[in-house]
Amino acid sequence: WPGSGGTRGGAAMDLFGDLRRMNKRQLYYQVLNFAMIVSSALMIWKGLIVVTGSESPIVVVLSGSMEPAFHRGDLLFLTNFHDDPIRAGEIVVFKVEGRDIPIVHRVIKVHEKGNGNIKFLTKGDNNEVDDRGLYKEGQNWLEKKDVVGRARGFLPYVGMVTIIMNDYPKFKYALLAVMGAYVLLKRES
Amino acid sequence: LRKNVEDFTGPRERSDLGFVTFDITADILNGKKCMVFFLTCIHLQSIFDWNVKQLFLYLSAEYSTKNNALNQVVLWDKIMLRGDNPRLSLKDMKSKYFFFDDGNGLKGNRNITLTLSWNVVPNAGILPLVTGSGHVSVPFPDTYETTKSY
Repeated sequence: WPGSGGTRGGAAMDLFGDLRRMNKRQLYYQVLNFAMIVSSALMIWKGLIVVTGSESPIVVVLSGSMEPAFHRGDLLFLTNFHDDPIRAGEIVVFKVEGRDIPIVHRVIKVHEKGNGNIKFLTKGDNNEVDDRGLYKEGQNWLEKKDVVGRARGFLPYVGMVTIIMNDYPKFKYALLAVMGAYVLLKRES
Repeated sequence: LRKNVEDFTGPRERSDLGFVTFDITADILNGKKCMVFFLTCIHLQSIFDWNVKQLFLYLSAEYSTKNNALNQVVLWDKIMLRGDNPRLSLKDMKSKYFFFDDGNGLKGNRNITLTLSWNVVPNAGILPLVTGSGHVSVPFPDTYETTKSY
């Protein structure tokens, strides 16, 4: 008969026993709980996007081109206010047209026209040359539209989790499985 | 020492290229008055506290031209880690990066302002940009140098 985990033995059987003993209502309740957690997280993220004005307010540093200030795995907090002018020395996160990967470098040249039109050049602190080699073919300057945000704050190491999950997808699935099992099986007394 | 040479650039157009040599004397701990030509006295006490990992110093030239209302070009930069000697006494430095203008706005430009600024990089937290007090105005001559020496 179902529920006889004791006679079968083994932790896996206990787990299945648990699941079957939970009636359908409890299961739906747990799933809804889980959905609420996910929705809240998404709402917080969207809220951050609105408040900072940046499409990606938190980014992970992927390369060593800004060492020793930032290392791979550091977390950066960005803002992208429309009225914030771009000035030399600022650390900007930008995307090259047609590429998805955001790059974190410093502005070393700015030329701004009277009407607010800005073009600027960037360079990684740890690089010998400026970023013209990274831009699109024939592109010599970046413009405001290429900017994802300005780096305003930073936390070291925290972003490593994202990099590990990217490089080792098995780790990502394992983590998701553990989280899912935890949420579904957690009892609220 | 300033020259102004018309040369070609990355954008493959002829733009003004300026050469600037400078001295930097900066005392990042105390507010001493510096008597050298290029003066940058930073009046901040102990900027290197426990949460400051490094300072990214840069010398930028700011000026206005007919083409562009505002131009900023970083001429030189240096990373100063906590623990490094906070006193800078650099003489006769050549700019690290080519001082190209976007166009021909350096010729006869009387008002190029050089300022020393720095980015405080903490161990964790906010990343402020600070401008040092004191700046120098550099005028460029009205003619181009034809010699290629630098």
